[in-house]
Amino acid sequence: MSETALRPILRHTLVAGAALALFSAILLVAGKNPLQAAADSFRSMASVYGFSELLVRMTPLILTAVAVALPSRLGLINVGGEGQLYMGAWMATAGALWFPPLPRWAMLPLVAAMGFLGGALWAAIPGILRAAKLVNETIATLLLNYVAPLIVSYSIFGPWKALGSSAYPESPAYPDAALLPTFFETRVHGGLILALVALLAYWLLVDKTRWGLQMRAIGGNAEAAQRLGIPVAVFLVAALALGGGMAGLAGMGEAMGVHGRLRQGLSPGFGFTGFLIAWLAGGRPLGILFMAFLFAIITAAGDTLQITQGLPFSVVNILLAMILFIVLARRPGASR
Amino acid sequence: MLTVRGVSKRYGSVLANDGIDLTLNAGEVHALLGENGAGKSTLSKIIYGYTRPDAGEILLGGEPARLRSPRDARALGIGMVFQNFMLIPALSVLENVALFLKDLPLVLDQEGIAGRIRAIGGRFGLQVDPHALVRQLSVGDRQKVEILKLLLAEARILIFDEPTKVLAPHEVEGLFQVFAALKAEGYAILFITHKLREVVACADRITVLRQGRVAGGFGPGEAQVGTLVKMMFGESGGEAPAAMAPVGGGTQPILELRGASARGAGSETTLQGLNLTIHEGEVLGLAGVSGSGQKELGDLILGLRPLTGGNRWFRGEDASSWSIARLRERGVAFVPEDALAMAAVPGMSVRENLSLGTGAVYRRGLAVDWRALEAAMGASFEALAFPMPPLDSPIAALSGGNLQRVVIAREMAHGPSLIIALYPTRGLDARSAASVRDLLRRARDGGAGVLFISEDLEELAEMSDRLLVLFQGALVGEFPRGSWRLEDVGRLMTGSEEVAGV
Repeated sequence: MSETALRPILRHTLVAGAALALFSAILLVAGKNPLQAAADSFRSMASVYGFSELLVRMTPLILTAVAVALPSRLGLINVGGEGQLYMGAWMATAGALWFPPLPRWAMLPLVAAMGFLGGALWAAIPGILRAAKLVNETIATLLLNYVAPLIVSYSIFGPWKALGSSAYPESPAYPDAALLPTFFETRVHGGLILALVALLAYWLLVDKTRWGLQMRAIGGNAEAAQRLGIPVAVFLVAALALGGGMAGLAGMGEAMGVHGRLRQGLSPGFGFTGFLIAWLAGGRPLGILFMAFLFAIITAAGDTLQITQGLPFSVVNILLAMILFIVLARRPGASR
Repeated sequence: MLTVRGVSKRYGSVLANDGIDLTLNAGEVHALLGENGAGKSTLSKIIYGYTRPDAGEILLGGEPARLRSPRDARALGIGMVFQNFMLIPALSVLENVALFLKDLPLVLDQEGIAGRIRAIGGRFGLQVDPHALVRQLSVGDRQKVEILKLLLAEARILIFDEPTKVLAPHEVEGLFQVFAALKAEGYAILFITHKLREVVACADRITVLRQGRVAGGFGPGEAQVGTLVKMMFGESGGEAPAAMAPVGGGTQPILELRGASARGAGSETTLQGLNLTIHEGEVLGLAGVSGSGQKELGDLILGLRPLTGGNRWFRGEDASSWSIARLRERGVAFVPEDALAMAAVPGMSVRENLSLGTGAVYRRGLAVDWRALEAAMGASFEALAFPMPPLDSPIAALSGGNLQRVVIAREMAHGPSLIIALYPTRGLDARSAASVRDLLRRARDGGAGVLFISEDLEELAEMSDRLLVLFQGALVGEFPRGSWRLEDVGRLMTGSEEVAGV
């Protein structure tokens, strides 16, 4: 492997190591044994089941990270991954419940397309507002995060409420044809393949195509791009929509691959974690893969510590914040 | 009151100020006149303590003044009204003034300060409601607030950096009355401008700067527009230099504007009813002082700015609604002043930059056909006799001249029929500038039409087959080659004459 490819990996490892060291210090202060915590966490992940759970967690994180990374190449800041994820799940649910019973080979691409479309349309709203120079996309995507879960809630409390489970608001179970296939008796589902393909497509699009070149031109100097005849407004909308579509796929994956129905707490903040991942990875595809895996480990460890050490899950947030701090402190004045 | 003695300042290879002497007396308006780049701004920054001179000194009341920062200057009673006002729009007039007071008490004495604002305002014709929010004020009133700020902070020497640029004509009149009132009370005013008419109207004494040196000075009543123009733009004013090849001959129009208008937002200039034709094989020069609407006109032709009236025709087709992409496809090229800001992407390599703006010419599936692109660009560099920089190096690493060459090679690669050159030589060293001019002439000889926008009259005289003069967004004069005298052009550029030419 060349030196340039090695350096980001080394950097990421150092960041993670430093954050873990600080986190251990905090555990010590709280009267817990960090080594024990690490051992517990490791034990829970070392099994085949434990590892497979990491892959399950990683799936939406890769997609929501790409949802942020792609628009960021044009200088757009998409903080709306969470809302786009919910709208993806919502549209996919609509597809699964409304379409007549179809065989699996037809149903799956259909709900996947619906999921993509849900996120894409949701993200196109801020895209259009930004392209028309009306509202900054950061604000619009952020605010729409609060709207999307309400649409989901309305649907599962109202029109889509499952008749059987009146105590717990959720949609009816999807027809079997709409459920993503799972692998090797684990919860790892087809969404993982989708996520990896999306990551690959993101890399090819940005680094290998003319469109990617034009996107990077917009991100590097929007005025020059405009003057060189690149249709900036079109690209702004398209990039946000494409990113939103990725987050929508993440929502579809959670709904069709993990929960089997539409629920309120579909995402424990995957959209926001994805933002952090994309940012820490500097938008690099391999960095996204690595960081998504790391964040899967961290959140899984949080669950374990909750059980074995009686620590609140929010200690994970401390660890995440530390990683962010270290990265921020490490490169003062760096533009990306 | 204030004496500038032998001040010099060098920026890189440019000597911005070269041994400047100037005396500013109490009770007079002293105009500092010169075209862009003559050194006016540098001198004013030195007096206000923003910049420190390489040589020379500033004397205040006969004593050498220690001006290390604007803070020192303010403490010594020197105040400056900038082109871009230094006001906080969300605060009221009173609060803005208070922030600038020397003796701002911990608890604001609102009524006391308001009283002082009203008193000073009444005395000098600077009436503004102290409680109004600055963002609600007109530009003229904001300028009054700036002056009030300085007066309440006890400045005795006031520097105005092109104060009339932002004002409507009647507001200019008002400003001159303020000058008169200030003068009468013994304030000293340094008035920086390049508008001759205003200088003659209100200045007691005039110092003309050219290329960083004092080109001449006039006492009260001595100055005439004609002599001032000559001094500003140089003595050469007369026939065009012989170096220029004879007139390019084409008669076929490439681009026409018919009654074209475009609204300007903010600090932009509104263009009004422009009629203009660029023919094959000619260099059409466009003269004007800065901010007359040159960039706006260039953008209008390039399709970057929507027409609010009139039409744009390209080779006999109505191109009023064409996008920049379509115009570029049809052979319109753009050579800008600051390539890194306007025509290149700093984070990209030379190779990637060369591919931008070529539309889908070098398409290979979804990707770029880099080999074909490199071949075409290599040929373009060769045709222009430019050395080709390493394609992998980041574009931002190139010098200004080389960067401009990359942009030009890209723009010339497909044999453009129309080249819009917006200050194409600005910021370049003399040799690079000459090579850019030469190249545009060669493109002209090859049949292209060139719109050459510049504020340098000598350069315009050298280049232009025909010359248009732009003033405040309108075309005020047109001269065929050989029929203009720089003096006439200068008058039109500075608005000293209403309409002239053909």
